[in-house]
Amino acid sequence: MRVLAAMSGGVDSAVAAALAVDAGHDVTGVHLALSPDRQTLRSGARGCCSVEDAHDARRVADELGIPFYVWDLADRFREDVVDDFVAEYAAGRTPNPCLRCNEKIKFTAVLDRARALDFDAVVTGHHARLADGRLRRSVDAAKDQSYVLGVLTSQQLAGALFPLGSMTKDRVRAIAAERGFAVATKPDSHDICFIPDGDTRGFLTRRLGARPGPVVDAATGATLGTHEGTHGFTVGQRRGLGVAVGDQRPRYVLSIEPVSRTVTVGTADLAGVDVVRTGPPTWTGPAPRLPLRAEVQLRAHGTAVACEVTAGVDGGLKLALAEPQRGVAPGQSAVLYAPDPVLGDLVLGQGTVRS
Amino acid sequence: MTYLDHAATTPVLPEVLAAMTEQWGRVGNASSLHASGRAARRVAEQSRERLAEALGARPSEVLFTGGGTESDNLAVKGIYWARREADSRRRRLVISPAEHHAVLDSAEWLAKHDGAEITWLGLEPTGRVTPAALADALGDGSDVAVVSVMWANNEIGTVSDVAALAAVAHDVGVPVHTDAVQAVGQVPVDFAASGVDALTLTGHKLGGPMGAGALLLRRDAECMPLLHGGGQERDVRSGTLDVPAIVGLAVAATTAVAARPERAVRLAALRDRLVAGVLEQLPDARLNGAPLDDVLAGGPGRLPGNAHLSFPGAEGDALLMLLDARGIECSTGSACSAGVARPSHVLTAIGAEADRARSSLRFSLGSTSTDADVDALLAVVAPVVERARRAGTGR
Repeated sequence: MRVLAAMSGGVDSAVAAALAVDAGHDVTGVHLALSPDRQTLRSGARGCCSVEDAHDARRVADELGIPFYVWDLADRFREDVVDDFVAEYAAGRTPNPCLRCNEKIKFTAVLDRARALDFDAVVTGHHARLADGRLRRSVDAAKDQSYVLGVLTSQQLAGALFPLGSMTKDRVRAIAAERGFAVATKPDSHDICFIPDGDTRGFLTRRLGARPGPVVDAATGATLGTHEGTHGFTVGQRRGLGVAVGDQRPRYVLSIEPVSRTVTVGTADLAGVDVVRTGPPTWTGPAPRLPLRAEVQLRAHGTAVACEVTAGVDGGLKLALAEPQRGVAPGQSAVLYAPDPVLGDLVLGQGTVRS
Repeated sequence: MTYLDHAATTPVLPEVLAAMTEQWGRVGNASSLHASGRAARRVAEQSRERLAEALGARPSEVLFTGGGTESDNLAVKGIYWARREADSRRRRLVISPAEHHAVLDSAEWLAKHDGAEITWLGLEPTGRVTPAALADALGDGSDVAVVSVMWANNEIGTVSDVAALAAVAHDVGVPVHTDAVQAVGQVPVDFAASGVDALTLTGHKLGGPMGAGALLLRRDAECMPLLHGGGQERDVRSGTLDVPAIVGLAVAATTAVAARPERAVRLAALRDRLVAGVLEQLPDARLNGAPLDDVLAGGPGRLPGNAHLSFPGAEGDALLMLLDARGIECSTGSACSAGVARPSHVLTAIGAEADRARSSLRFSLGSTSTDADVDALLAVVAPVVERARRAGTGR
């Protein structure tokens, strides 16, 4: 196959590209320039798409003896990921930009362009298994990235290769070290790549300005304090609420109302939900028949919980959870899995959590 | 492999390799007073004389440098500093917007950090700077430090009449630097006859080594050094002479200049066939720069080895990638430090719209180019352009 390897400059995509070469594919490397400011230099585990990352990716491509190019997708990334991120927070929701980037950039903009240029597939360093067109969790549960790929359709998955899903991160680093890749010991990225200092609230305040509003107690209706903008909050959040209540019991964000800018908080007993409603789902394969017993994961590093899936309103889904969950934030993806301890949990699809 | 990127760099000539290898086997610092030093100095000075003769300069006008970028920096900054020191009103740099970044960024650095003002020269649609445009920009010249206009453009190959420009500038007492990196060995270059005060050349565009260049600087030109130290090169460019590189540069320049009349005819014929073949298959492709048969002051108005074409609806980097996959090597122009292809500043400077600027490729021929190279390109260019168009502009 003619394969396009998306190479971020990190260890995962480097090894994925190397494995694609080993598998006998005709591989071409591309680094996606996503940052509007390409002079940014990496510091520690933060940030991405810097000049240094492009250099690291190029070094690996040169060692592999494959062609390497940089594709400028900064405009698309800004429109589809960064602006969407800001707009979602402004609307009181909590987006997942990595999921959005996979959906709109890597497996739409890049895959479409790759196909037009006569490539058969895009290979990435995601930790997820993909075989026979079915997407499953990685064998490395701690590094599993199937959640942020759960939005992909079968058509997109048909053009994807994830060679790392069957190995642990330690194994990936070992392969990189065996091959002498300088990125073998490069730290993992943890933060949102376009917020390199990790200060999401500060980033949003710079974009949205201060939008003060009240923090209200759900039980009493009393205003407990004020905040500088609803974008500083996520449903389920406990820290940094800036309010103190006499009973000393911790408070959690229960809901965010963007028009009145009201952040409602409550005690732990009020923070759990046992029914989740989503927008219209996407499926990674054929749409399953409802009702359906499945597991649902409600955020990137959350644990899966059993649920029963039925049809909801407006083409959406209704998920009845087996046990109440805290921190079910509108805007996040509810990714559905069919548990499979042998082959790996199968990703069925997802819907965006509604308020 | 089909190498059509000689303007980026061109193969080292066998005689250059032999001459440099011989020097690398010797010891001797050309500044030392003992026998080994004298031997090294003799070789370096012979090279200086040969290079000067090939380019119509006097040996004392040849300053060896580390390449084109250094020579451009030295000329723009050094002459600016010297002229401003002599008269503090002289802060204006008169520059063509189609210059190489070594000139552009030097000028912009001076503007940002050292009080310079830049006057951008208007260009003909071909990219040429006319004497009238220069006269307009200069005014009475009293506040101008230096003019810098390239002899031939590295992207679109357009030649300017540097001698006429020098005459205009000298009328108002302003010195002229020209970047002749692409011109030497391609079109006749005579330093004295051109009248310019400073001229940049580099070895690796001529079949010489990388990292070896020269600035030809008139004896009466005022120029402050960038590099201070041992006082070599008229005290304008300190640093131990790199004798093997200097020998390689001189052999390359003399060989390229001697071969030029025959080679220019041969390359122009190949280039004309390349352009005609592309336009025949892709009638909407567009040649950028001066016409192929353009004549200027009795010489070629366009570099004989240069073909620069736009393919509307396709993106330059997609074209480059598809050609590379088929073993054909060419160039899109410039990329930023991360490697992102940028719309050519040269095409933007001549008023090309974004699509034309983004959809362009440079094919450049050199000493090893053959009919087979042109045939190889013509065999694949139409399907490649069609596929790149299908991929769209991606924006």
